[in-house]
Amino acid sequence: MRAVKILERVLCTLPIMVGVAVIVFFFIRLTPGDPVDIMMGRGGAVSAAEIEQLRHQFHLDQPLHVQLWYFLRDAARGNLGYSYIRNKPVVDLLVERLPATIELTLGSLLVSLLIATPIGILSAVRQNSLLDRFSMAGAFLGISMPGFWLGIILILFFAVHLQWLPAQSRLSYGLQLQELTGMHVLDSLLTGNLPALADSVKHLLLPSITLGAGVAAIVARVLRSSMLEVLRSDYIKLARSKGATEWRVVIKHALRNALIPTVTVVGLQFGVLLGGNMIVEAVFSWPGLGRLVVDAIFNRDFPLIQGAVMIYAITFVLVNLVVDVLYTYLNPQITL
Amino acid sequence: MTARATYWGKAWRIRLRLWRRGFAEFGYALWQRPVVLLGGIVVLAFLLAALLADQITIHNPMRGSLLLRFEPPAWQAGGKWAYPLGTDDQGRDLLTRIIFGTRVSLAVGLLTVGISVGVGTVLGAAAGYYRGWLDELLSRFADLLLAFPFLIFAIGVMAFLGPGFPNLVMALAFKGWVEFFRLARGEMLAERAKEYVFAARVAGQGDVAIIASEILPNIIQSIFVLGTLRLGYMIIMEASLSFIGLGIQPPTPAWGSMVASGRDYMLRAWWVATFPGLAILLLVMAINVFGEGLRDILDPRLKIE
Repeated sequence: MRAVKILERVLCTLPIMVGVAVIVFFFIRLTPGDPVDIMMGRGGAVSAAEIEQLRHQFHLDQPLHVQLWYFLRDAARGNLGYSYIRNKPVVDLLVERLPATIELTLGSLLVSLLIATPIGILSAVRQNSLLDRFSMAGAFLGISMPGFWLGIILILFFAVHLQWLPAQSRLSYGLQLQELTGMHVLDSLLTGNLPALADSVKHLLLPSITLGAGVAAIVARVLRSSMLEVLRSDYIKLARSKGATEWRVVIKHALRNALIPTVTVVGLQFGVLLGGNMIVEAVFSWPGLGRLVVDAIFNRDFPLIQGAVMIYAITFVLVNLVVDVLYTYLNPQITL
Repeated sequence: MTARATYWGKAWRIRLRLWRRGFAEFGYALWQRPVVLLGGIVVLAFLLAALLADQITIHNPMRGSLLLRFEPPAWQAGGKWAYPLGTDDQGRDLLTRIIFGTRVSLAVGLLTVGISVGVGTVLGAAAGYYRGWLDELLSRFADLLLAFPFLIFAIGVMAFLGPGFPNLVMALAFKGWVEFFRLARGEMLAERAKEYVFAARVAGQGDVAIIASEILPNIIQSIFVLGTLRLGYMIIMEASLSFIGLGIQPPTPAWGSMVASGRDYMLRAWWVATFPGLAILLLVMAINVFGEGLRDILDPRLKIE
């Protein structure tokens, strides 16, 4: 039964998540130097008495496997450590910035799908046409372009030269917005605040395009190649000979099957989105999780980096889980 | 000469003859695809630039003259042809820095891909051939590493290890080998059931010899193609890490950090950030064009995304 299989699949991810936590646990031990010193992040300005107390508090006087156990137990309870640089629990800091990052990631996903889907389909349907060639050349450019550079060029062009779009942050100064979810576009929609809506969308546009471009390129190519394969198959010929309109053939029959490998690729590309949003947030000064991590790196705030890396990895695992489950609905032949 | 030695000798001589013919055919196939050929030439040009950087540049990439800060590119008003792409915030010639930056990018890229291919192939072949607990252990570890998005893992490792060339290569290779592991393992699983393996085993060849001399030449092709495609990706990774300050540190010219420092001066000196990024784009595009062309020539049926 499908429900049981899905449950099985979900349970399979648990060891992976534990493994991720273990790997992250070892990250912090890569740094040379005294762990307490590192955790405090103050580079040596800690008194001996404090060190002893903290050493006990961090369980650093215990053997490694005991430390690992404490780490995993704390993580499972939602305690990801404490940032001494910012004087807040890591979880609080992460949750604070999460909506901004989610908004950016969703925005980028939307932009990339909006670009990639029609291009992928049309390029396949009109193979070797001018559109096809241009699109594939563009896709090629997209996968070869470094994201941070694209962001900078877009800022230079649209924000500095043309002055059409803003270059940073999420909302212009002076605009009021009632925060419900923390995602400005959604909140302005929900509260009917039209000026804020326009403004937040304008702010979201360039970062989303920057982050979405690479993903769009890959998705367009995969969609195109799987569409090409599907369009050659027998059941498509059957549909055509039955007299179905080309539109129906392409959308209803071909696309559904071509989506299968494409959805997998999108799931994998989510990892690119997660990684890339660190870079994009740095370029656009977008106050999200990625920017927090980049700042944390600069400030040597290791507990924060550790917590953030773990959250990112766990998110990626969960997204791939969702994709796998979705897969079974798209293709009933595949069993989990 | 033992019988075994003559057998090996003959096997390799035949292979050499096939190789030579293969090269000729390859050259012709390349000739038929001028875009791919162009890509290959561009990659070669970058490679030569990296190797001959000292010979072909006249300015110092590390020290500039503060009197010459922010010279615009030569074709703009106020530009000088001595500094074709302009100068940066410290008066260093941009073109020179870009050429020297090629060294870093190519070194990191080639080394990382080399290590990934080496480690991944060996482990993958071993896992695929011997199976059992080795396969289980390595595959599980590989799956675990795959749970991390590439950049997140690299940033995590680099944040704790600290910046610098060897750390960078290690961090990238530690995530990079997984792909090659999977590919080698998959191909090995397919090949080991074939008859020539059985024949070699019957003839008394040891396992390692079988893997090395019989199976490996057959799977090396797809591994090579994947390696070429991954090279561009590694270069972008290095640039991204250098951009946020976790890769190669200034003043060593690295394209990523050059873009990062140029960002502060975008309004008055747009070229400082633009041209290094353009270099990344050109190199990676050329590598990808060549790599894809290679895949096309060697085996269009190869599905590597």
